[in-house]
Amino acid sequence: MPHISLAAETLWHIGPLPITNSLIATWTVMVFLTLFSFLASKRLSLIPTSNLSQIAEMILDGLQGFFSSILGHNTKKIFPLAASLFLFIIVANWEGLLPGFGTVGIFRQEAVHTVASTTEVTHTQQAESVIVPHTDPDIHSEVVQETSDEHGITQQQAESVPEQSHAAPTTENGHGSGVKFIPLLRGATADLNMTFALAIVAVLAMQYFGFQTLGIRYSKRFINVSNPIMAFIGILEIISDLSKIISFAFRLFGNIFAGEVLLTIMAFLMPFIAPTPFLFLELFVGFIQAVVFSTLTSVFINVAVAHEE
Amino acid sequence: MDADMIKLVMTGVTIAVGGAMPALAIGMITGKAMEAIGRNPEAAGDVRTSMILGVAFAEAIAIYALVTALIIKFV
Repeated sequence: MPHISLAAETLWHIGPLPITNSLIATWTVMVFLTLFSFLASKRLSLIPTSNLSQIAEMILDGLQGFFSSILGHNTKKIFPLAASLFLFIIVANWEGLLPGFGTVGIFRQEAVHTVASTTEVTHTQQAESVIVPHTDPDIHSEVVQETSDEHGITQQQAESVPEQSHAAPTTENGHGSGVKFIPLLRGATADLNMTFALAIVAVLAMQYFGFQTLGIRYSKRFINVSNPIMAFIGILEIISDLSKIISFAFRLFGNIFAGEVLLTIMAFLMPFIAPTPFLFLELFVGFIQAVVFSTLTSVFINVAVAHEE
Repeated sequence: MDADMIKLVMTGVTIAVGGAMPALAIGMITGKAMEAIGRNPEAAGDVRTSMILGVAFAEAIAIYALVTALIIKFV
């Protein structure tokens, strides 16, 4: 069973902050984008000379054409944010498909869990008895009988610890037994923290541009006491803005993480030819999710700065 | 019918139902978009952009269902 983890795994801690594998991937994305921009803008001229600056100009020209059809006269204000979101997300999505992401890692000995509920202890014992055939059945039945009374909980935990340490270290669904595989790199947008941060940036940018363009009149969108219907719509707008954060975060995270899980499972089932169409699918999905995120951000900002006449 | 069996069954049901309704929605959105393009081929670019937006909203619901199923299975 391949290693699939919903949360990004912590590699080490710097003080109280955990350094996860997706954080390292985010740093590589940042380094790549910064290096690319720096090298492409080394000698800026009206007609680009070096190959890298021609590529950069091509990319930005295409992006500007696409976004100006959506933004109209607001392009100059919003294009930097939208294009930055697009470039960051597409590089982060595609980088997660490179070989080495999710496959190269370290094995770490996990500490044994002490379980709190009786049902979990029972399950662990049953799992142990299924996977480790040399478990003594007398010890197993003795522990199972003790699950019925409340007093024996601490006794069970003391007995479950030596049971788990006897188990083979490759137990798959063991609750904290043996070694765990931790990949060193994981797609940057495959971490819910990252996509939540991007979503918060996008929604806060909406409010910022709204206040910047309309001044204090922007708050009329949320707090409108002229008549009860508009007040109710104002409350709905607040809830809808909060739900935009969740929707942005989960859309991007769900697509990229599900793609990673799909690739892992396909590589596990048939490593040779079968993953190829799924890699193409993931390239396409990564591109579409970047387009969708930046387009939705620009559309919402457009709505926010529109003067209601 | 213990907790593990319910978890296993609900993982399947979540993604099955949660994937069927957005699939229907995306089909309807794309169908209407194609009708609009057929009626007015000049506006194809605008229609296409709006269609992609609408499909993204509908697909987000499928993604919520998928993430919930993954949470049920792995957490």
